[in-house]
Amino acid sequence: MISAFIGILFDGLAYAMILYIISVGLSVTMGMMGFANLAHGAFAMAGGYVMVTLMQQLGLPFLATLPLVFVIVAAISVAFERLLYARLYRAGELDQVLFTIGLIFMAIAATTFVWGPLPQAVRLPPYLMGQVDLGFRTFPTYRTFLIVIGAVLILALWLGLERTRLGAQVRAAVDNRRMAESVGINVGRLFTTTFALGSGLAGLGGALGADILAPTPSYALEHLVYFLIVVAVGGMGSIRGPFVAALLLGVMDTAGKYYVPDFGAFFIYVAMMGLLLWRPHGLFGRA
Amino acid sequence: MALHPIDHFAAGHRLRPIELLPWALAVGYFFLPNANLPLGTEILIWALFALSLDLVLGYTGIVSLGHAAFFGIGAYAAGLAARWLGWTEPISALLFAGLVAGAAGIVSGMIVLRTHGLTLLMLTMAVAVMLKEIANKLGWLTGGADGLQGIVIDPVLGLYRFDMFGRTSYVYALVVLFLAWIVARRIVHSPFGRGLVGIRENATRMSAIGSPVMRRMVTVYAISAALAGVAGALLAQSTRYVTLNVLSLEYSGDVLIMLVLGGMGRLYGAFAGATVFLVLRDELSKISPAYWGFGIGLLLVATVLFARGGLLGLVDIALARIRGKRS
Amino acid sequence: MKSMIRLAAAAALAFVLAPAASAETVKVGVITTMSGPFASLGQQMDQAIKLYMKLHAKDVEPHKIEIVLRDDTGPAPDVAKRLAQELITRDRVHMLSGVVFTPNAHAIAPLATEAKMPLVIMNAGTSVTTTLSPYFARVSFTLWQSSYPMGQWAQQAGIKSVFTAVTDYGPGHDAEAAFIKGFTEAGGKIAGSVRMPVANPDFVPFIQRAKDANPEAVFTFVPAGRQATAFMKTFAERGMREAGIRLIGPGDITTDEELPSMGDVPLGVVTVHHYSAAHDSPTNKAFQAAWKQEYGANAVPGFMAVGAWDGMHAISHVIKQLNGKIDGDKAMALLKGWKHESPRGPIMIDPDTRDIVQNEYIRRVEKLGNANANIEIGVIPAVKDPWKVFNPPK
Repeated sequence: MISAFIGILFDGLAYAMILYIISVGLSVTMGMMGFANLAHGAFAMAGGYVMVTLMQQLGLPFLATLPLVFVIVAAISVAFERLLYARLYRAGELDQVLFTIGLIFMAIAATTFVWGPLPQAVRLPPYLMGQVDLGFRTFPTYRTFLIVIGAVLILALWLGLERTRLGAQVRAAVDNRRMAESVGINVGRLFTTTFALGSGLAGLGGALGADILAPTPSYALEHLVYFLIVVAVGGMGSIRGPFVAALLLGVMDTAGKYYVPDFGAFFIYVAMMGLLLWRPHGLFGRA
Repeated sequence: MALHPIDHFAAGHRLRPIELLPWALAVGYFFLPNANLPLGTEILIWALFALSLDLVLGYTGIVSLGHAAFFGIGAYAAGLAARWLGWTEPISALLFAGLVAGAAGIVSGMIVLRTHGLTLLMLTMAVAVMLKEIANKLGWLTGGADGLQGIVIDPVLGLYRFDMFGRTSYVYALVVLFLAWIVARRIVHSPFGRGLVGIRENATRMSAIGSPVMRRMVTVYAISAALAGVAGALLAQSTRYVTLNVLSLEYSGDVLIMLVLGGMGRLYGAFAGATVFLVLRDELSKISPAYWGFGIGLLLVATVLFARGGLLGLVDIALARIRGKRS
Repeated sequence: MKSMIRLAAAAALAFVLAPAASAETVKVGVITTMSGPFASLGQQMDQAIKLYMKLHAKDVEPHKIEIVLRDDTGPAPDVAKRLAQELITRDRVHMLSGVVFTPNAHAIAPLATEAKMPLVIMNAGTSVTTTLSPYFARVSFTLWQSSYPMGQWAQQAGIKSVFTAVTDYGPGHDAEAAFIKGFTEAGGKIAGSVRMPVANPDFVPFIQRAKDANPEAVFTFVPAGRQATAFMKTFAERGMREAGIRLIGPGDITTDEELPSMGDVPLGVVTVHHYSAAHDSPTNKAFQAAWKQEYGANAVPGFMAVGAWDGMHAISHVIKQLNGKIDGDKAMALLKGWKHESPRGPIMIDPDTRDIVQNEYIRRVEKLGNANANIEIGVIPAVKDPWKVFNPPK
């Protein structure tokens, strides 16, 4: 009993790490600029494809691809942000939705054209496969790796936000954009930087999670709901909120499917409705 | 020469000749020798669905990513009634489906309309997703993922059988859309409708001046749900088949795309959006069955970049330019 | 006046040039899934049809086959039905074919009956489908064909208890019901069952549940081409094999297209299915070679491609026999009892049910050179759809 429960917590945590790393950038950009970027998942998908391509075509080892994925996806996102997104900051929410859905459609067709319609398989290095013995019980190695690397990333992210100048500016801009502008913060440039970081993280999350959520052309559409749930439940603009939301989502989804498999698909939606009706602005959002 | 708001209101209420243009086109199309009536029927059904969304989104500012919930309820209501209750008379079944969907609109409206923005979006979506899961679980009743088959529908008015050329379906859908349009038009030009626009523009102020905001929102939500339900029932009757995708996120998304593409808050945007989206999708997918999505995506992106306010917004701008040159 | 003369001359010329036996162009409407999450299935079908046209279009000379391919976007019966309507009434096709998904076939059924339009089903594998229209004939498979014998085999192979985990939709339910019937009739015991949501990002909770039930094997069905790799990986990662639990299922979980990307994970998995790319016959070797020549050395045609390939053979058989003049009833009469040497082995369309009769092979995933392959270790010849045997028409 206890052992099964620990297993669920563990699996839920690994799943939550991926969801959080992918979604946190979306939360910040939505909070800061109010930009509804539904195509955020496309950057996560790009991360998965970039990693697979680097491994298969250039023969790079798995771990070496990860920083490259971050840099490449961040660079792609800057091009998109400057050329396209920047024109729409003053547009209505629905125009942004239409625009980013259009981008998703184009991404799906382009990805199918280049990589074909089948999901891409990731060949993990042997040392990350199988099980690892943590003394009191064994755990799948790759998920353990995910949790460790996720924890390191989150710690770095949170420390960066608290301790660096950039972090302070981001917090100020999310809090009150006009006030931040009036004290001399260039919110436009700050946004570009944040957007790049968020997209790069999404790419990294997509790459790390590719073994569980395999890169396929319709990735951005298929998993969009999960990313949005994390942002909505966590509270837009928050950095910590989405983590708690991802954790709740990951653990509840896993536990629901394990204990009541017949209603497995309901669980997260019921939970989300309950949470959002209780706290309409999310767990950590402000009114 | 700015119109006084009251004049504007009155001017909007009078039927302008141009408003009859879409209907003339739709009727004329029926008589074309090589008319694609199955596609035409699909466009009419989606136009009705988009029109229903326009009432809540365009006029009241309620953002929904789950309007397929009501479309699907209508489709299943008509389908299940025909399949299990022998309710094969189409027109009464259409009304029944509208009532069921409207009732669902009241219930879910009272729950979700207390929120707004992203939260509202997610709640409307969650309602639709859960309904879809329920329909999947009730496989003995709904046929689950295999779909509800064996639906029999009587000839319309006892005279017009649903034929494989889609003639009956087309005319039937056109008449229903026309009636729904009259209803929607009366609503948006009524004081109630003006109140809705007030809610869209500033809900706080509306409640400050004593307008029953919540009640009005739930009311329009229920009306919209009923119209969406009628659209779903039309689909069920003309296809004689219902599957889970009538409740899917894709359908909720598609209808939203069509409306925003055509132009919100103007009733006709729904017609323009549904027509352009579906015709383009059909033509593109003939040219390239695998990659047509790219063209659709490009259309959406270009619309937002160059035609803010949708396709009809573009028409407005063009007309304003012509007028400007004349004066 | 001048133009009148020219017209008359042209008409006379056309009359003189017309061959004695008139060459007909037979239009075949193909409804399949080319976009969306299931695009890979339609792609295989499309490639098989194109390859067939390239190599075998001459078989029907002097007649011509014209393919009109349309995208139904996935399990969307409303779209599929509209496309069928358009193909029948506007494109004036003579036959229909394709159809990946069961609900799409079901929505077309009344139309096919009304228009007397033969539909050669290249995939959709729910048993009941062929009973819905007398103009349906199926060249693919049913899930009962593979999963019922799988149940019998499992018991004979000494497996005493099985946990079933299937995707929660029509084909999954069919596979589950068929396996359980086959297995329990033979005396096996079901240790537990779960149904997994169609949109399912993570298989861990279900596989963990299976592990806790401590069966000797897990029987699973997930949609081909999409989720099998993920399921398989999670199965290995959970240490199921170390716990002594085997994995079995219909061939959908080890499709030939997906096998190369699964690594060593699926080695030893036993499935029952009608087609393996490694099937040892001259017909199959020629088919595989032609495919690789056309689509590259790494391309692998799976059961979806073979269904489309055989479907085209059935269609050209009808065209040849009817001398290019397609009539719905005559076409169906020709399809009933049609026999063919397919890359999968001998096949026949059952004259009574218009459903496929074919060998089912018991296969184990092994290394063939460097690559994984479904190696056939046993065969059950000429299997009819068991569901139709158990549910005879009233």
